[in-house]
Amino acid sequence: MPIPTKEEMYNALVERHGRELQEKFAAASVAVCGLGGLGSNIAIALARAGVGSLHIIDFDCVDISNLNRQQYFPEQLGLPKSQALSDTLKRIAPYCNITADCVKLTEDNIPELLKNDDYICEAFDKADQKAMLVNCVLENMPEKYLVSGSGMAGLSTANTIKTRKITKRFYVCGDGVSDVSDGLGLVSARVMVCAAHEANAVLRLIAGETEE
Amino acid sequence: MVKINGEMLEKDGMTVADVLAEMETSSQRVAVEINENIVPKAEYSSTVLKDGDVVEVVRFVGGG
Repeated sequence: MPIPTKEEMYNALVERHGRELQEKFAAASVAVCGLGGLGSNIAIALARAGVGSLHIIDFDCVDISNLNRQQYFPEQLGLPKSQALSDTLKRIAPYCNITADCVKLTEDNIPELLKNDDYICEAFDKADQKAMLVNCVLENMPEKYLVSGSGMAGLSTANTIKTRKITKRFYVCGDGVSDVSDGLGLVSARVMVCAAHEANAVLRLIAGETEE
Repeated sequence: MVKINGEMLEKDGMTVADVLAEMETSSQRVAVEINENIVPKAEYSSTVLKDGDVVEVVRFVGGG
């Protein structure tokens, strides 16, 4: 069956979200940094909401150990995550403007690579890399909105995962303590709860909702 | 008095580096804001907390 036209898909989103909100989503550009359990789920949520431009970034390839929680398919094993997720996002939201970069983000390339994105999601796996990205963005790009994730490992109750507003432009999602290096595994549903918090925080910021 | 992560503490005169050491927190896994301004990592040792400062120490843990 042929896919709907751009106008048909946009009108369906307007029907769900209202025209004013959908115009804001469609005008927004969001970078998702890291395309693992957090980032792949964040990007899909944002694409489904009709965010106009998504910039997805990861240097890694899809591994069999990712399939327990990351939004990839067995036939995508070995592909760069940026390419595999881009393919999936195009099926979900064919008219979304997707930029996929297979590159490792560093203090040196972050200001240039993220300069065109209004909203930035930190979705890395390692704690020191999370801190690197957050500090680099806050120090060098104070005009950006930044949402980060910290603490979603294990199988504790999902009710401890929260969105905390640190400053007007910086939010952190997660329980803040559950560390994968303590031997806790990463389980699909709890990681998705944290990813959903991050995606929801970004959508609220785009909508102009700046309370907690 | 200084407000750190929502708690009023007598940490005036201490540096950010001192506070992180007391919290047994690696400076490589945090972001520190004072009065809504990021403290660059290179300035942790030279940034002294003043009475009335509102400090947020965001600690990152692994997993994603």
